[in-house]
Amino acid sequence: MMIPDISTVLEVVLIAVKVVVVTMILFGLPLPLTWLERKVAGHIQVRLGPWRVGPHGLLQPFADMIKLLMKEDIVPDRADKFLFTIAPLLAMVPAFAVFVAIPFGENIMLPVINKEVSLYIADMNVGILYILAISGLGIYGIILGGWASNSKYSLIGGLRSSAQMISYEISISFAAIGVVMLSNSLSLVEIVKSQGGSLLHWNFFYLPVGPVWCAIFIIGSLAEINRIPFDLPEDEGTLGAGFHTEYSGMKFALFMLAEYVAMVSVSVLTVILFFGGWNSPLPVPLPIPPIFWFVAKVVFFIYFFMWVRFTLPRYRYDQLMTIGWKILIPVSLVTILITGFMRI
Amino acid sequence: MEQLFFYIFALVAVVSAVLVVSVRNAVHSAFYLIICLLQVAALFILLRSPFLAAVQVFIYVGAVMVLFLFAVMVLDIGKEKTKEFIHSQWLPAVGVIIALFVMIGYMIKRGKLSASLGIYNEAALAKNTEVIGKTLFTQYIFPFEVVSLLLLVALIGAIVLVMKDKGRARKNNGAGS
Repeated sequence: MMIPDISTVLEVVLIAVKVVVVTMILFGLPLPLTWLERKVAGHIQVRLGPWRVGPHGLLQPFADMIKLLMKEDIVPDRADKFLFTIAPLLAMVPAFAVFVAIPFGENIMLPVINKEVSLYIADMNVGILYILAISGLGIYGIILGGWASNSKYSLIGGLRSSAQMISYEISISFAAIGVVMLSNSLSLVEIVKSQGGSLLHWNFFYLPVGPVWCAIFIIGSLAEINRIPFDLPEDEGTLGAGFHTEYSGMKFALFMLAEYVAMVSVSVLTVILFFGGWNSPLPVPLPIPPIFWFVAKVVFFIYFFMWVRFTLPRYRYDQLMTIGWKILIPVSLVTILITGFMRI
Repeated sequence: MEQLFFYIFALVAVVSAVLVVSVRNAVHSAFYLIICLLQVAALFILLRSPFLAAVQVFIYVGAVMVLFLFAVMVLDIGKEKTKEFIHSQWLPAVGVIIALFVMIGYMIKRGKLSASLGIYNEAALAKNTEVIGKTLFTQYIFPFEVVSLLLLVALIGAIVLVMKDKGRARKNNGAGS
């Protein structure tokens, strides 16, 4: 038996620590996000939002958590037990797995062991493909959960989401191709590095195609993560609660968790692909750590998605399909052509 | 270590592949097929082809299987289940499978099917996508174009099939009114 040397062991330990830290942060994130979402909703609709539990309703998420833990876990009588149980996990695991490839900042020096540490778990040379592929898998939780519930509302919710996902994944992939053309790399670290310098180097400001790619990506992502105005799979007006109508307790909580983590990952991706990642917008003389810019931009986009949710009404199903197939895909094709000419 | 991972992925792939054809519920079959395809993607990573692995997950698991499920879910599963499970073709099928295994085993034994894996080289691996792209558009440009033409024909064929039914429906409606 070969004994591995100390640096290899350290490397493995570091990766394990990073994975645990990222997972813990992601598990914790929905708590402040649900509170924020309700507050944003409240203020946009000129209400107060949560107010009773704790100051400014800050403890509301904990109250919700206790409620979800105490609820009875119901499995419908003629449901497919195996798939019904596994579906929330199928929704959750891909949402977390996306973060394996996401870089959060430049390498930093750890003070005690004097070792350079990268702020990502893995920098894959196919990073952007990996993220598109894995985030697409989350749909199985919705489809199989919808089917396994043995309820018409759930089934239609699941069917809608699969059609929606197939339609919008094409334009998201096109937007990713656009970014790859602008940055000449599939690795997310390289994509961020290519946008270094100032505001004007960001892919968003690569005129005239940058804003178009960004718009396509954001619209497509909104449809992929089932948020208003594209939340047809859980259309309250016609489908009860859509694919998770039959879910209760912790299983329902896992679906919600997956949805919030997906929203965070879309915000993070928007920042990395179009808004320069951890690069500062303007050269500032103060020593501000890059991670600050990264988090600030991500928070802005999370707020942006909430803002959209409580501003726009929901589209009809045929409108959803029209936007996907007749607007976004032709626009992406034309934009690819223009980007190609500009990059020659 | 690598071998250990290979055996894990291979075992899960084989077990789930057997389950695909042996479970009676069509949606369960599709679910096991997803697992099997994911294991194959993992094997591609062990074979130093990250690009192929990502594309396998992206296209097969992410898109093709969603379409599969889309079609399978609207079937009336209750009826499909009770249908005859083992058809009369099982005897020739078993014969073909045994012949295939004997042939593959013979080839592996003779060393005709194995290629050396090479050492793990991160710098070379980073060029993986580039190399595939370049060879695809230079050395293999002709097969590549033929395949894309075939896909185009299939696409047009699918649209024609749909349009034919649509035209007939319209004609029927016209006759009825």
